[in-house]
Amino acid sequence: MAIRKLLIANRGEIAVRIIRAARDLGIATVQVHSKADKDSLAVRLADEAVDIGPPQAAKSYLNQAAILAAAQSTGADAIHPGYGFLAENAEFAAAVEAAGMIFVGPTAQSIRLMGDKVAAREAAASAGVPTVPGSQGRLESAEAAFALVEKTGFPVMIKAAAGGGGRGIRIARSAEEFHHLMPQAQAEALAAFGDGGLYVEKLVEGARHIEVQVLGDGRDVIHCFERECSLQRRRQKVWEEAPSPSLTQAVREKLCTSAVALAKAVNYRGAGTLEYLYDDRTGEFYFLEMNTRIQVEHPVTEMVTGIDLVREMIRIAGGEPLRIRQDEVRVSGHSIEVRINAEDPARNFLPNPGTVNALGVPGGDGVRFDSMLYQGYTVPPFYDSLLGKLIVHDKDRPSAIRRLERALAELSVEGIFTTKPLHQALARDADVQAGRFHTAWLEPWLESHAAALATAQPPSAVKVAP
Amino acid sequence: MATQQIFSPLPGIFYRKPAPDKPVYKNDGDVVVESDTIGLIEVMKSFNEVKAGAAGKIVRFLAENEDAVMAGQPIAEIDV
Repeated sequence: MAIRKLLIANRGEIAVRIIRAARDLGIATVQVHSKADKDSLAVRLADEAVDIGPPQAAKSYLNQAAILAAAQSTGADAIHPGYGFLAENAEFAAAVEAAGMIFVGPTAQSIRLMGDKVAAREAAASAGVPTVPGSQGRLESAEAAFALVEKTGFPVMIKAAAGGGGRGIRIARSAEEFHHLMPQAQAEALAAFGDGGLYVEKLVEGARHIEVQVLGDGRDVIHCFERECSLQRRRQKVWEEAPSPSLTQAVREKLCTSAVALAKAVNYRGAGTLEYLYDDRTGEFYFLEMNTRIQVEHPVTEMVTGIDLVREMIRIAGGEPLRIRQDEVRVSGHSIEVRINAEDPARNFLPNPGTVNALGVPGGDGVRFDSMLYQGYTVPPFYDSLLGKLIVHDKDRPSAIRRLERALAELSVEGIFTTKPLHQALARDADVQAGRFHTAWLEPWLESHAAALATAQPPSAVKVAP
Repeated sequence: MATQQIFSPLPGIFYRKPAPDKPVYKNDGDVVVESDTIGLIEVMKSFNEVKAGAAGKIVRFLAENEDAVMAGQPIAEIDV
């Protein structure tokens, strides 16, 4: 059944992105919004808008009943959850289908399977995908965990089975630390997630974060190659690129083949991402987790492959089979995305909502700006700080970095501090230019470059709210 | 004794407790010192403490737990 009217159960730049993809397919759009988002760009662009509640996400964007009621009252036949909020909520996916509508994403069963970190590791192992050495399943006792880490060696990470987004992770570097941290981790997992189940993994230090984009239709799966997202602050990605500057062709082939094997093993439907740790000293990669949704950084894959991932996931949800064969997916050139957040790098990334008095948007060949901004827009304080993403594409990585610098110089967001100066400094950094980094590289770099960042964005450039 | 107001330093969501399952920081009638935390403001997913800012006795809270507040909005009255 082809989708005729799509409801977007999200906000910000991804809501805008989904509306554009739907419109390109001739599909009508309904934007649900909180009271704080009534003037958002997504609401302005959508064919219809429905108020679903107060500013607090728990009372609006996470309010399943209000979203389902909005879909029914507007006659929407499908719901796109975007990322975050309800995107990986199996109960919501099931409720959408039970209400006779299409959930633009995988089945509730796939979400549930991949959302349980232990079950996902088990699925990976049985599909022949390497995982970080550690517990094969959840550990119920500290004794069982210790017997295991004596085999893997230190350092190890203790993770909550029900955790995610870096929450509930502890690092033990010795047996003594392990005995000290294990009971804490158990108590915290129980309190935070209602589930004291833990698992233990060897910590691969100096590893890179590489992820593989897949598209499936429930039968076939293809990959759209990899992205590297090693530049992270507090486990949040700030700069992403495709292809990875660190993979050899042989490893790339093995990595992408493993991602397809795992996605096929779970009959994956829609757009998904398999995240890996990659140790470029040994050439070994390890599956971390699968994200069963579109990701923030999907545009870099779109730029190098020419595939509109959001449009494809909507088509698949409407019942079409995959239209692209694996041998038709080719990488051309290099793409980089940087996240433009409402945060001040000079003041420890202090969040910084406010009104955009003037906006200068970069343009020209190979430049794309996916954002929720317009001149005069007031960024509300209630949601995350992502304002938009600046994406560039060029024939190779050095050219893409130069083009990024050019585009950043053209970008001006007046009225609020943004992370633009951070990206300008990164683009000029010799290690970044050489692709020499890993997931723990950025935080010490921020400390050693604090002075330079502090003067990068003079307050006079920004009208500070009274 | 003069009555003053404590203002929210930031726009966001106001919380009266450090965590959903914890008791409130302060009750109406509590005596506070300048550096006491009386609540949290969540702005763009980061949490910032609101201090009493003066020694005295809290008369009453003007904002409820989980209210959306604007920067400069009064959130409590205090007798100093």
